[in-house]
Amino acid sequence: MAEQGVNHGRRRFLTATTAVVGGVGGVFAAVPFIKAWQPSARAQTAGAPVVADISKLEVGARVIQQWRGQPVWIVRRTPQVVETLSSLDTRLRDPNSENLDQQPEYARNATRSRRPDVAVIVGICTHLGCSPTFFPEMQPQPFDSEWKGGFYCPCHNSRFDMAGRVFQNVPAPANLRVPPHYFIDDNTILIGLDADPKAA
Amino acid sequence: MTTNVITRVIDGAQGWINERAPGLQQWMDRHAIKYYAPKNFNFWYFFGSLALVVFVNQIVTGIWLTMSYKPSAAEAFDSVEYIMRDVDWGWLIRYMHSTGASAFFIVVYLHMFRGLIYGSYQKPRELIWTLGVVIFLVLMAEAFLGYVLPWGQMSYWGAQVITSLFGAVPVIGEALVEFIRGDYLISDATLNRFFALHVIAVPFVLAGLIYLHLMALHEVGSNNPDGVDIKKVKDKATGIPLDGIAFHPYYTVKDIFGTAFFLVIFAFIIFFEPTAGGLFLEHDNFLPANPMVTPEHIKPVWYFTPYYAMLRAIPDKLLGVVVMGAATLIFFAVPWLDRSKVKSIRYRGPITKILVALFVVSFCILGWLGMQSGSPAQKLVAQILTFYYFAFFFTMPIWTAVDKTKPVPERVTFDH
Repeated sequence: MAEQGVNHGRRRFLTATTAVVGGVGGVFAAVPFIKAWQPSARAQTAGAPVVADISKLEVGARVIQQWRGQPVWIVRRTPQVVETLSSLDTRLRDPNSENLDQQPEYARNATRSRRPDVAVIVGICTHLGCSPTFFPEMQPQPFDSEWKGGFYCPCHNSRFDMAGRVFQNVPAPANLRVPPHYFIDDNTILIGLDADPKAA
Repeated sequence: MTTNVITRVIDGAQGWINERAPGLQQWMDRHAIKYYAPKNFNFWYFFGSLALVVFVNQIVTGIWLTMSYKPSAAEAFDSVEYIMRDVDWGWLIRYMHSTGASAFFIVVYLHMFRGLIYGSYQKPRELIWTLGVVIFLVLMAEAFLGYVLPWGQMSYWGAQVITSLFGAVPVIGEALVEFIRGDYLISDATLNRFFALHVIAVPFVLAGLIYLHLMALHEVGSNNPDGVDIKKVKDKATGIPLDGIAFHPYYTVKDIFGTAFFLVIFAFIIFFEPTAGGLFLEHDNFLPANPMVTPEHIKPVWYFTPYYAMLRAIPDKLLGVVVMGAATLIFFAVPWLDRSKVKSIRYRGPITKILVALFVVSFCILGWLGMQSGSPAQKLVAQILTFYYFAFFFTMPIWTAVDKTKPVPERVTFDH
């Protein structure tokens, strides 16, 4: 083809604008493909709150309640356990729950709970998501000679106390999560909401 | 010239195709019939072609497995047992696939070791090596995705651990993990998408990368155990390297021999020891996935354990993930870290030989440590070996430069 009469400026402009418009279109076209990876509407509704009955939970024992497919531990702590919690502070990474992502405001206290005797904790290690094992006895363990009861993750040796607070020098970076929850009455806990929506 | 009917028909058909598909004959010439490879290839040069054999095995057996497998959390575990018990020869196809996964890593690790000792990444082969490292990374992703599919306890908790690694990313970590899982936990949605990625997306990418790896190789030509450039000495009349022989038939025959030998071992494992004592198929994976109970002792399959040991050795989540990632990505830098004037370890000095040997030993010990429960003593050893792993690469520009070298011969050495 003859080069005669070719407007190079116009040709460059058209090439550039076509490329830009095509690129923008490409970005928009990618949106559905990325969004399709998000939790679907069905997965979101499956994340609804659950109710746990703790009337039969003995002192010192634990029950596991499933919420959003994750284990939620409910532990009725003994008075000795509650007393020893503060003695562990110097060995913990975040004894005062400074990391605000790991618990609701009402659980940001010495026992990380609404009631000192009842702990509600998501049983998923903050390291890589294993479920730690419950070691409630206050006795020396192979992994800790001064063990005061708590949770030990067999995957990568992370340790947590009876309030789900993480020890120092373990791979887990944060305390175990306290899920949103409230007491419907003394023996019934709702997990998944911070307060009764009807009361508000 | 004497010809019979059969050769005339074959020649006629060849001519007919070549007239209509003009690139075909040139393609065959370029990549096989007139591809001149050094004549001194040794044992280590089997593993490239074996990797290709295993890849084909994985594709073929994989297609057959998808015919009976159900990618849903409710049915996956049972469908694998159905393949094992009720589908005619299903057990064989499944064991070929599961053993093939481990075999893939064995041959790829040996193939990488070959590249390391003979300096096959040095100029002008940097791109071949780089593409190879990409293949290695993609292969790890493919293996991980496939391991989740049987939906046993190790599948489930392995997926839990690996997807949680992305949670270490600052700020967006949590959202990213949810995005990858497609749910608040590892669930049916996760399994279903991992299936899609494992059987379609990643194999396509792998096939493309393998093609590019081979094309890049055939552009610059193969290295050899002497690290001699065979293109320097050519036959004046024909322009063919004097130390080169045509890939076909010489190396096709050699590789078929290697493949046969490999298949003997491969078949032995499939028929007599398909779980390899819990190495290839872990015991806990014969239990259906249970989101409420973590197995006592979580560990990945053997080919990931060196990196897993490094992850565990670091008592910090983000740093652990960074170290593990860096340990795999550092292979990319090797062509530019090596400052030696010679390629092959044959003509390098004692420092290189000792450090490479120690690297292999420490890599194997890390692999063993990654399978153990992780006592404080083991953790310390893992930390020391992780340090050595990185020190090996970071100091490579120094020790490759100062190490003595022997003169490299003009022509390849060849034991008849």
